[in-house]
Amino acid sequence: MLQTFAYVRAGSLNDAVKQLDGPGARVHAGGTDLLGCLRDDVMSAEKVVSISRLDDLRGITPAADGGLRIGALTTIADLAAHPGIAEKYAALAQAAAVVASPQLRNQGTIGGNLCQRPRCWYFRGDYHCTRKGGDMCYAIGGENQYHAIFGGGACWIVHPSDTAPALVALDAKLRLISAKGARMVPAEKFFVLPDENAQKENVLAPGELVTEILLPPMPAGMKSAYRKVRARGSWDFAMAGMALTLTMKADKVADARIVLSGVAPIPWRLQAVEKLIIGQKLDAKLMTKAADLAVVGAKPLEQNAYKVAMVRGIVAEGLEKLL
Amino acid sequence: MDHDNTDKPAPATPGVSRRGFITSVGTGAIGVAAAASLVSAAPPETQADVVAAGGMSSVSLVVNGRRHTMLVEPRWSLLYVLRDRLGLTGTKIGCERGECGACTVLIDGKARYACMTLAVEADGRDITTIEGLMTGEELGTTQQAFADEDAFQCGYCTPGQVMAAESLLRVNPSPTLDEIRQGMAGNLCRCGAYAHIFKAVAKAADLKRQGR
Ligand SMILES: Cc1cc2nc3c(=O)[nH]c(=O)nc-3n(C[C@H](O)[C@H](O)[C@H](O)COP(=O)(O)OP(=O)(O)OC[C@H]3O[C@@H](n4cnc5c(N)ncnc54)[C@H](O)[C@@H]3O)c2cc1C
Ligand code: FES
Ligand code: FES
Repeated sequence: MLQTFAYVRAGSLNDAVKQLDGPGARVHAGGTDLLGCLRDDVMSAEKVVSISRLDDLRGITPAADGGLRIGALTTIADLAAHPGIAEKYAALAQAAAVVASPQLRNQGTIGGNLCQRPRCWYFRGDYHCTRKGGDMCYAIGGENQYHAIFGGGACWIVHPSDTAPALVALDAKLRLISAKGARMVPAEKFFVLPDENAQKENVLAPGELVTEILLPPMPAGMKSAYRKVRARGSWDFAMAGMALTLTMKADKVADARIVLSGVAPIPWRLQAVEKLIIGQKLDAKLMTKAADLAVVGAKPLEQNAYKVAMVRGIVAEGLEKLL
Repeated sequence: MDHDNTDKPAPATPGVSRRGFITSVGTGAIGVAAAASLVSAAPPETQADVVAAGGMSSVSLVVNGRRHTMLVEPRWSLLYVLRDRLGLTGTKIGCERGECGACTVLIDGKARYACMTLAVEADGRDITTIEGLMTGEELGTTQQAFADEDAFQCGYCTPGQVMAAESLLRVNPSPTLDEIRQGMAGNLCRCGAYAHIFKAVAKAADLKRQGR
């Protein structure tokens, strides 16, 4: 049985924001990550504020600028099944389709998927690690086969979300709201590295909510894809993955965004690789160069050097497939 | 009165089934119809009432076509309420972490994990458990297909598997083997009866297409 908590089902967004303004309050969307965290004592909650009945935050609608607006409460299943997303923002549809299991996709929301807590077994286990306010990352020198190879330092978690790298690659923006007001944050700026703050994964202030995700209009000719490598065929988190967008002009790369999953505490953008290929003809030689450049700066731990080779393979294969 | 049964029973459970009878007898102590709903009564734009820590909230769950109005603690999972409060023990407890699928039920027709759903969150929802697939004493189509194909060994995961299959077939009446595998990916079988489980799902799809 969970610890007791106060509970309120918000009747409006205003109400939710008011209820969340104060210490100890937690947002409940689908609850699929929150309940696991409460059960494992990874997080505590004095008050659970449910936003699950705020139907205005659900659904996918055209945005004024020609892009799409995704309400934060849209389920992962609805996202994966949406024809407009599949057609224009394939990376997001493909990422949503490989999130967790059918049951969790029916219940879990896109907002919750972006704000979920990491899956590091020390963090989820009985360890007072850096991310819980302790002074040690147990993955260093511990069982670290699924941990980060980029962006580590004070903590070596990998960000667990599959949709996050897709949204960063697609240059989405998130709308946030709190008692202090609303703000827009590019998906890329939403996530936080441990060296900046090892106790949270994103820039959300206490009591702040994600209300919607805005996808920009798709540039003509842009293609995108998401590839995920996992340890088994049924549900599992990414060992490594890549969201990729590619816009070609004649036979040259006009634009590209490459973002890795499963290898860093945030969706890991490969800007150097993007620079390398933009303006170039993407032939076999350049793809090999891109793959090599992708892993420059990787710092594998004792048990996860395989991820370096995996990233190299994913990048080379992904570029070739999408071309 | 224990239950407010004014709602029409679902077509799958006409009249009082054996399960339904046990259920209504078994819940006398906790079913409360009269208490005002603390959370669902708030009109939009007004501030909803907070249920205090340790307090109770009235919810109305339509389980297998039968309405139960009862008090629950916000921290109670739907799994706990189904099994320990409503006596519907067909839904199984496994990991309680959303990892195994033993607790799969349908909420508004879609498969979800009852262990990862707070009972307060299911307020007003239509819930179908394995018991709700029966027609009186007769097995439902998907249940029958599992029996016919020997799709289990110990049987512990079976109710969850059947509910996941039921959900899959409602969305996709003619799944390919690969779609069956993906659709059933949220349900583990400790005994490894997967080959038979996938066959049973295909058979259930066949039977349903024949109108059975
Ligand atoms: C067994 C298992 C396997 C999984 N596998 C994968 C996987 O392969 N890939 C993957 O990407 N994910 C995976 N997940 C994570 C799953 O997708 C998330 O749990 C789900 O998307 C969270 O959505 P939710 O609505 O249930 O969030 P909740 O559980 O309600 O919330 C999650 C967290 O985010 C906060 N939150 C929720 N909504 C908002 C909001 N709008 N604004 C601000 N904060 C908010 C909550 O306070 C909470 O801390 C898995 C989860 C489980 C349990
Ligand atoms: S008990 Fe719910 S998924 Fe395992
Ligand atoms: S039949 Fe034993 S767990 Fe599946």
